[in-house]
Amino acid sequence: MSVTDSTPSAGFTPPTRFAVPGRIAVSNRAAATWQRATLTEVRRETPHAATFRFAVPDWEGHLPGQHLMLRLRAGDGYVAQRHYSIASPPDDTGHIELTLDHVDGGEVSGWFHTVAKPGDEVEVRGPLSGFFAWPGDRPALLVGAGSGVVPLMSMVRHHRARGLSVPLRLLVSARGPEELIYASEYGAETAPVFTRTAPEGVPVGRVSAAHVAALLADRPEGGWEAYVCGSNGFAEHASRLLVDAGQPVDRIRIERFG
Amino acid sequence: MNVTRGFTGRPRVRNDGLPPGQYDAGDDWPVLSAEVTPDLTPAEWTFTVDGLVAEPRTWTWDEAHALPPSAYEGDIHCVTSWSKFGVRFGGVSLDAFLDAVRPAPEATHVVAYSHTGYTTNLPLADVTGGRAWIVWEYGDGPLPAEHGGPARLIVPHLYFWKSAKWIAGLRLLDHDEPGFWEQNGYHHRGNPWEEQRYSGD
Repeated sequence: MSVTDSTPSAGFTPPTRFAVPGRIAVSNRAAATWQRATLTEVRRETPHAATFRFAVPDWEGHLPGQHLMLRLRAGDGYVAQRHYSIASPPDDTGHIELTLDHVDGGEVSGWFHTVAKPGDEVEVRGPLSGFFAWPGDRPALLVGAGSGVVPLMSMVRHHRARGLSVPLRLLVSARGPEELIYASEYGAETAPVFTRTAPEGVPVGRVSAAHVAALLADRPEGGWEAYVCGSNGFAEHASRLLVDAGQPVDRIRIERFG
Repeated sequence: MNVTRGFTGRPRVRNDGLPPGQYDAGDDWPVLSAEVTPDLTPAEWTFTVDGLVAEPRTWTWDEAHALPPSAYEGDIHCVTSWSKFGVRFGGVSLDAFLDAVRPAPEATHVVAYSHTGYTTNLPLADVTGGRAWIVWEYGDGPLPAEHGGPARLIVPHLYFWKSAKWIAGLRLLDHDEPGFWEQNGYHHRGNPWEEQRYSGD
């Protein structure tokens, strides 16, 4: 994969500025090939979310922020497939991790949370899509809610693993401390926001203009690249706050659940 | 592909309208735009058709609404695997706009682009002959902004990323030029019945 700042083809460019240019050239081969992934470990994160670690021997590598497609097959041939963000940072372990919410009535997440155990095999294809990828080059503002923090955590972990000096900040919203995914991993780069219940002395409320102002403070040279991930309601709310606080629309990348 | 141990999946529903690998989203209509939803009023909205045409032209909101009304009633399919049944979009057939600008004989493809700068490529044949619309109504009301309002393109026989939100124009070309998702690894045509999700499918 190679990093690019412009669109790969020098062809038609619309008269308005391109809102969200892709960050990387993507491998069409990796996107098209289904590979076997063997579950090796399950770790509980919160009452509703768990991390699933897979051995994927032929994984060609990914960048933080990318996702994959995963499929399960029933005995009668029925297949269910879903897109999931990758939680683990790029590394050479031959393993990747996904963190999945247990969705009410979810046929795929329900299987993972109630049936799956180490040794089970599923199929994946990817990594997919370059627009939400963060190669670790530009100062990054990460804003996530619920399991929207998953692709952002891959960025935080990458930043730490490589000892990067480029500024990176994470604003993560959760219903309460017990619902905060990766709670024990956050450091000085992270500000949690609790919307329903909070520890003693911590206010309860949704992400506000004040949170975003603190996030945007001390603008680095070249400005921030903002990455927003969560439900559509959260993404609309957070992206409007970013725009209102002066973040350029063409430096905001959004990944919405669905 | 091997059977996944212990996986049964949701109850099977026979549905001939469901392309392979898709599920019925029911009343949900997920929003998946990659950019900030723009503040775009009908008064600011314009729609331009240019490139390989005899008479390039830009329509305002009122001028577009003066064209013969046309509606799509049917199903839509998103590459992320949901499909939505029995939707209604009201607007104008894209044929009405193309008839006015008169495409050149050498035009084979279009790039559709949004007021945000989003782009997507389509063969001209996929947006002519009553297969594509510029729409501003969903159901009986105005098209919501997060779903592409005030006006979007719809090309419902292809995956819905081809149906550019906040549509600003079409440029007619004599070659295929990949758009935003197509440069990010997605299929150039995106036919849900052939499951053309990613490049190489």
